[in-house]
Amino acid sequence: MAQPSEYLLELTGMRKAFPGVLATDNVDLKIRPGEVHALLGENGAGKSTLVKMIYGILKPDAGEIKFDGKAVNIKAPAHARELGIAMVFQHFSLFDSLTVVENISLGMDHASSMRELAEQITEVSQRYGLPLDPNRHVYTLSVGERQRIEIIRCLLQEPKLLIMDEPTSVLTPQEVKKLFVTLRRLGEEGLAILYISHKLDEIKALCHDATILRLGKKVATVSVDKESTGSLAAMMMGEEMQAFKHPKKPTLGDIRLKAKNLNVVAADPLGISLKDINLLVHSGEVVGIAGVAGNGQDELLTALNGERLSESGSVIIEGEHIGHLGPNKRRLMGMASVPEKRLGHGAMPDMSLVDNAFLTSYERLHFISHGLIDYGKTEDYANKVIKDFSVKTPNADVPAASLSGGNLQKFIMGREFDQNPNILIVAQPTWGVDAGAAQTIREAIRKMASKGAAVLVISQDLDELMEISDRMGAICGGVLSKFYPISEITIEKMGLLMAGVSLDDMHDDVINGSEVNHNAS
Amino acid sequence: MLPRLIKRQSPSKAMVYLSPILALLLTLLASIVLFLIMGVSPSGALHAFFVEPISSIYGLTELMVKATPLILIGVALSLGFRAGVWNIGAEGQLILGGLFGGATALFFYEKTGFYIIPLILIMGALGGIIWAGIVAFLKTRFNANEILTSLMLSYVAALLLNLLIHGPLKDPDGFNFPESRLFSDSALLPILYDGTRLHLGAVIALFFVGIGWILLSRTLLGYQIKVMGDAPAAGEHAGFSHSKIIWTTLLISGGAAGLAGAIEVSGPIGQLLPNISPGYGFAAIIVAYVGRLHPLGVLFAALLLALSYLGGETAQMKLNLPVAVTGVFQGLLLFFLLACDVLIQYKIRTSKKSESTIAPAVKSSIKSTSEVK
Repeated sequence: MAQPSEYLLELTGMRKAFPGVLATDNVDLKIRPGEVHALLGENGAGKSTLVKMIYGILKPDAGEIKFDGKAVNIKAPAHARELGIAMVFQHFSLFDSLTVVENISLGMDHASSMRELAEQITEVSQRYGLPLDPNRHVYTLSVGERQRIEIIRCLLQEPKLLIMDEPTSVLTPQEVKKLFVTLRRLGEEGLAILYISHKLDEIKALCHDATILRLGKKVATVSVDKESTGSLAAMMMGEEMQAFKHPKKPTLGDIRLKAKNLNVVAADPLGISLKDINLLVHSGEVVGIAGVAGNGQDELLTALNGERLSESGSVIIEGEHIGHLGPNKRRLMGMASVPEKRLGHGAMPDMSLVDNAFLTSYERLHFISHGLIDYGKTEDYANKVIKDFSVKTPNADVPAASLSGGNLQKFIMGREFDQNPNILIVAQPTWGVDAGAAQTIREAIRKMASKGAAVLVISQDLDELMEISDRMGAICGGVLSKFYPISEITIEKMGLLMAGVSLDDMHDDVINGSEVNHNAS
Repeated sequence: MLPRLIKRQSPSKAMVYLSPILALLLTLLASIVLFLIMGVSPSGALHAFFVEPISSIYGLTELMVKATPLILIGVALSLGFRAGVWNIGAEGQLILGGLFGGATALFFYEKTGFYIIPLILIMGALGGIIWAGIVAFLKTRFNANEILTSLMLSYVAALLLNLLIHGPLKDPDGFNFPESRLFSDSALLPILYDGTRLHLGAVIALFFVGIGWILLSRTLLGYQIKVMGDAPAAGEHAGFSHSKIIWTTLLISGGAAGLAGAIEVSGPIGQLLPNISPGYGFAAIIVAYVGRLHPLGVLFAALLLALSYLGGETAQMKLNLPVAVTGVFQGLLLFFLLACDVLIQYKIRTSKKSESTIAPAVKSSIKSTSEVK
């Protein structure tokens, strides 16, 4: 007989490895009933992996899950729901053409009549301040209302633990406020909530305790009230980076790439519009842009590399106005870019490495003669890239999708680097790449700059940016901050920039105040 | 233990080519069952269907006559399907081509000139291009689904042909039958082999296979088509225009279908009729897929489907089977092919110990959540 425990959920020594990465390593987590517990960490810190193990989607390699004091082996999401664990995913699984009640009935493990269900929905929605008409069609609802469907769907199962995966990433600030009111009330009624986020202000506003993950390991479990935003950020991002030796001051050349009041309207309603982006990259330097995912990074990359067109004067390469020119014209002028998404954007998954080598290099390297593709030359180039960047692959004829993430990234990087570009724009260069390959890639980026290229790196990985950049700024909501030399940058400052706060508006003591607060506590 | 499907690590190359053969065998098996149900001797029926039509020189030339429009359209559709542009309305484009080509032939009635036949073919291609151009415009301008628009335009095309044959194109001496005049000799495609109906169109079709092959494997356009089909965002990264590919592939397939229509009316038919195609435009979709969207494969697949038309006719005459047997055969072939194509990505496991114990629904949720990450 297990001892009655004050904790609803206890995880000990949770470990999960994927090929090439240790996603979570020896992670502990404890949640009391009624507690709103934050799971905090950067992208790739292992948050999703951990909750997927709790919700029965992934099977842990090692570790113990205790729920309600009993050790459990959660086999599938249905099993998790049976135990009383519910989860609201970041992306909704709803059918637009069905009504609210029809959608909810589809997700129920136990069938009940539509009318009964509609009554239950109304009751729950009134009780928790989640206004929702069960008979509306989903396509007529806002994103916030759609999320309410997911939350109500969970609540109808009367769970003991509610897991919410970055619930606010799709909400407006007003909707966030309403959601928090609901979540607090649920907490008061004894429901435990595991709240996953990397937005520090939200966690400060909502959560009691926070468990911080970093690179798959638990950094600490802290009481949120006793911490400042800055100290949480420091734990999330790692403090050791402040001690990092900055690269030597680069010898700056001419301005190679310039964005001047660059405005790009989002293609879809949920996208981010770029607002008055101003940016300079000199020959010989690496400029880093930090930011939380989905704040306009993709839009910035595509506006700079020509996939999205803008006014001709808003993007300038070596003094020439090229905002209206497409990717190929910009490539011919010496620009190369590596998008964040490798399969499907940087490479075609089902096509061979030879075909993938051709994609962005055929004009600069003249792979077309007399109207026909010279596959001999293309294959030679593919093999050169494979050799130069030690890409592990049996040959150049295998489809891109058969390479591991790190190898494919090395191949895509190599494809651009071996064209000797004057301007290089790279997004998330080491995302999901193992440590060895990441080091190769970072070194290659620095080498490009020392050879005189103007390099712009857009990344969510602050450590990486601090390691390779000469100057840094951040993007938030499609607005680019000012840039600061690496010697003036601290984690606290970066955190503020990433939250869209201008450092000019603040006194030094505010910027450093969090530090003081941390020490005082 | 029930057999279950397990996802392969990488798509099976062998299954890509084995799948059509497996599908053909399954189609034959299903046909045998069908013949048994209908009370016909399966061996006799299969003989009538597959052997008799091609056991003479004349039969072989007829096979090529039927295969000609299928090859032309099948090659062109393959290009579009590779790019993820689903032109389902080649039948309508074929009809428009027949109409344009036929009207040209009637315009030059009883005139002679070497230019008449090339003009008929060009006008035919133009007719198909215009019809497919409507689809391309709706797709690129309004993002209208090309499957629906091209299919619906097929019915419009058939009605338009009927309207004109009942009206201005009707044979003035034809006792009010809905048919045009017989074209004059200068508007008929030259016959390649005396005593048969094998005409110049067959040469054009074979030429088209070669052109299609080079285009797809060696040109930038072919490369762009493949990239757009595999990863449209990668195409945009490279600076390829998605709408250009939509326009190009639709106009090529429309032009090819229109050319096939003009070849039909100025070749084996020789006049305009209310029905100028036994569904070649639709059968060509099956041809493209059985031929693995490769021009050379299309050539063989077109011969197979042409045989199903011939076999259907023989079975009708010899065994009193209904004409629908051709359609049933073609439908079964596509059905089994699509089913067998599952084996390209999946393998069948019957053992109790499976590699993956995760239910499909969970798998998809893993996929969607890992995409989020």
